[in-house]
Amino acid sequence: MTELQESVVIGPEGLGLLVDALRQRGYAVLGPTVRDGAIVYDELESADALPVGWTDRQEGGTYRLERREDDARFGYAVGPHSWKQFLFPPRVRLWQARHDGGGMEVVEEPHDGPPLALFGVRACELHAIAIQDRVFIGGRAVDRDYALRRENVFVVAVNCFEPGGTCFCVSMGTGPKAESGYDLVLTEILEGEHRLLLESGSARGAEVLHELSARPSEPGDRDAAERAVEAARGKMGRQMDATGLRDLLAGNLEHPRWDDVAERCLTCGNCTLVCPTCFCSTVEEVTDLEGAYAERWREWDSCFTVDHSYIHGGAIRPSGRSRYRQWMTHKLGTWHDQFGTSGCVGCGRCITWCPVGIDITEEVAAIRATEEVPDAHA
Amino acid sequence: MRTLDALLADVPLFDGLSAEHLALLAGCASNVRFDAGQTIFREGDDADTFFVIRAGSVALEAFGPARGGLTIETIEAGDVLGWSWLFPPYRWHFDARALSQVRATAFDGACLRGKCDEDTALGYDLMRRFAQVIIERLQSTRLRLLDVYGRHDG
Amino acid sequence: MGATTVEPLPAQGPMVPRSFVVRDRVQETSDTWTLTLDPVLGEGPAIGPGQFVMVYVFGVGEVPISVSGAPDREGPVVLTVRAVGAVSEAICVTEPGGILGLRGPFGTTWPIAASAGADVVVVAGGIGLAPLRPVVLHALAQRDAFGEVDVLYGARTPHDLLYTSELERWRGSASVDVTVDAAEIGWSGKVGVVPGLLPGAAFDPAKAVAFVCGPEIMMRFAITALLDRGVAPGRINISLERNMRCGLGHCGHCQLGPTLICRDGPVYSYETAREWLEVREL
Repeated sequence: MTELQESVVIGPEGLGLLVDALRQRGYAVLGPTVRDGAIVYDELESADALPVGWTDRQEGGTYRLERREDDARFGYAVGPHSWKQFLFPPRVRLWQARHDGGGMEVVEEPHDGPPLALFGVRACELHAIAIQDRVFIGGRAVDRDYALRRENVFVVAVNCFEPGGTCFCVSMGTGPKAESGYDLVLTEILEGEHRLLLESGSARGAEVLHELSARPSEPGDRDAAERAVEAARGKMGRQMDATGLRDLLAGNLEHPRWDDVAERCLTCGNCTLVCPTCFCSTVEEVTDLEGAYAERWREWDSCFTVDHSYIHGGAIRPSGRSRYRQWMTHKLGTWHDQFGTSGCVGCGRCITWCPVGIDITEEVAAIRATEEVPDAHA
Repeated sequence: MRTLDALLADVPLFDGLSAEHLALLAGCASNVRFDAGQTIFREGDDADTFFVIRAGSVALEAFGPARGGLTIETIEAGDVLGWSWLFPPYRWHFDARALSQVRATAFDGACLRGKCDEDTALGYDLMRRFAQVIIERLQSTRLRLLDVYGRHDG
Repeated sequence: MGATTVEPLPAQGPMVPRSFVVRDRVQETSDTWTLTLDPVLGEGPAIGPGQFVMVYVFGVGEVPISVSGAPDREGPVVLTVRAVGAVSEAICVTEPGGILGLRGPFGTTWPIAASAGADVVVVAGGIGLAPLRPVVLHALAQRDAFGEVDVLYGARTPHDLLYTSELERWRGSASVDVTVDAAEIGWSGKVGVVPGLLPGAAFDPAKAVAFVCGPEIMMRFAITALLDRGVAPGRINISLERNMRCGLGHCGHCQLGPTLICRDGPVYSYETAREWLEVREL
């Protein structure tokens, strides 16, 4: 955020103009919409598709939509989808190849779709995107598919005022306020006149902002926005003491709690599907019957599968216990060693979408409470 | 409930030991039980115990990634489990896991080493008996290595 | 802010295999072959000792294979491959003239160049000699830079020994000690386990740097034997493997505790790796 950040106020119908402005610039606008009993992310033809007047009730293993008493456009937390399905799609072709005996000719998948505008990105999700950026384009090798999709993405962030029952972004330092990584940020104000504070975060964002018929914001607007977000801070459904988690988990790999959670975990992998930072993938070779043509595809994978750790002879992690431990210690612990930050943004999706309601914040608290002092070997 | 001395007198390993020596041994011994599936010791752990199995059976295993625990040998009732207590660095080289419910007599290795240092006649006697056990295991291992059941072409 | 600036992408992304043609194919054992590969176009990559490449068989799949060729020199890539699955089997049946796709090299290297002045102790079991061969070749090529060069090698049976004629040639400039777990008719060499070769080896523990590769159980016992002889944990290097799908640090499969084997391994110092090896199913 720069001091030159522009700050205007629009009415709810201004969102329609915002979506239109983006579509006119050639963006495919992706944002929240109601479908199949949940708020999911999909392409928005207009702002009418937003979940107007909807909210969500989330708890361990539970997600329900409910009607609000107002017409808030963003009166809910996050659903089962995250933005990773657009930047790191579940199944993509990487390349096609022909083989005539003299060598392989490989043609990488072209990227000629429209640039993406992500509409309604929460603070936790901005962090999640930054975390996946570090994995895919911040390391020694750059993931071509991710880099091409990520380039020119336009981000319209949203500050939360209605966190969910499983949210703990405050504990993870990832919200509820969007700090950076966006072109525009919206804060919905229900106090007094229903309006939205719209602020720019980049030159491109400012350019779009200028096209909307909006009045400059006043201290009253900005204070109301501030209050809404501050209130959200106090409404987190969960909390997690994240201090020293890397060392806590590294030092408790044989803690009895892993046996305890193993009795509940179905290794269904839902958590890895809904988690906005999980990035495991596998590759698949596809050929035709003649053998002169082949394709390589990349698909989402999960460390909860036995196959994930298979080497000749068997799996390194055959037990559910070891696979749950792998997921949680990676997400909260070894991610720091591998990528320099936590892998968790406190969005709570893994808690909500776990069929048996396993709660990562509860598991951490349990280990912390009875952490084993490392015994000194003779 | 028989005394430890009386129990020890029945163990083939200690057959012929004097009452006095049996009493010395009993002083370092205790009765233990393991449930089926329970880990008795793990590779790398401090080894200062050996066991005489009175009932049940134990698998001596080596852990390999992707293969899990591979049974090297099974130790049955009447057998001795563990000789790493005899020589430094006193660490287990393999894992041991109870295959069934196991009742055993556990001997404190440090305690016994101390007594053997004091009573060298006992020390010599015990070493001879353990050497016998180790030799028998080695012979059986060599016989298994010969892979006599395998197909041997040429 | 909003869009992330990305460096311009190279002409071909890192998931595209490069075509190599098989120049030579030698059978080492009943299930292991050594292939020598030349790039179809351009020059071969420089490959450090201990690094691996992702080898692709058209339409079948891709697996990581350690490079067994001479290091410090661009040129043919030498791979010793054991047929244990669909892809490795397909690699092993590729005849001279056949095409394989390679990506890489990836991973960390054996610190042999940095061990000048030391006694080199190579401890290998089975196919583990393949990733260690570049260490031996380097040490023998710069023989005067090193003290003792001891190669301690074992396999299940005499028929499972790799590079048998080369082992003989190495005897001139290195101490080569070979053993098998089980003899066969006609074998007059040692029968026993590789760790058992350590007490009698000529190296000075205070000057030694060890390079160990083989099945993990064998490596554990070899490490114990090295430690018993007084070699410091920081001077023991091992090569580890896990499931690997991309080699780039993107697929998440090759994690070993806090590290990624494709990026932080496969070569590790035992001092660093020992705490992870002690945790089962990590």
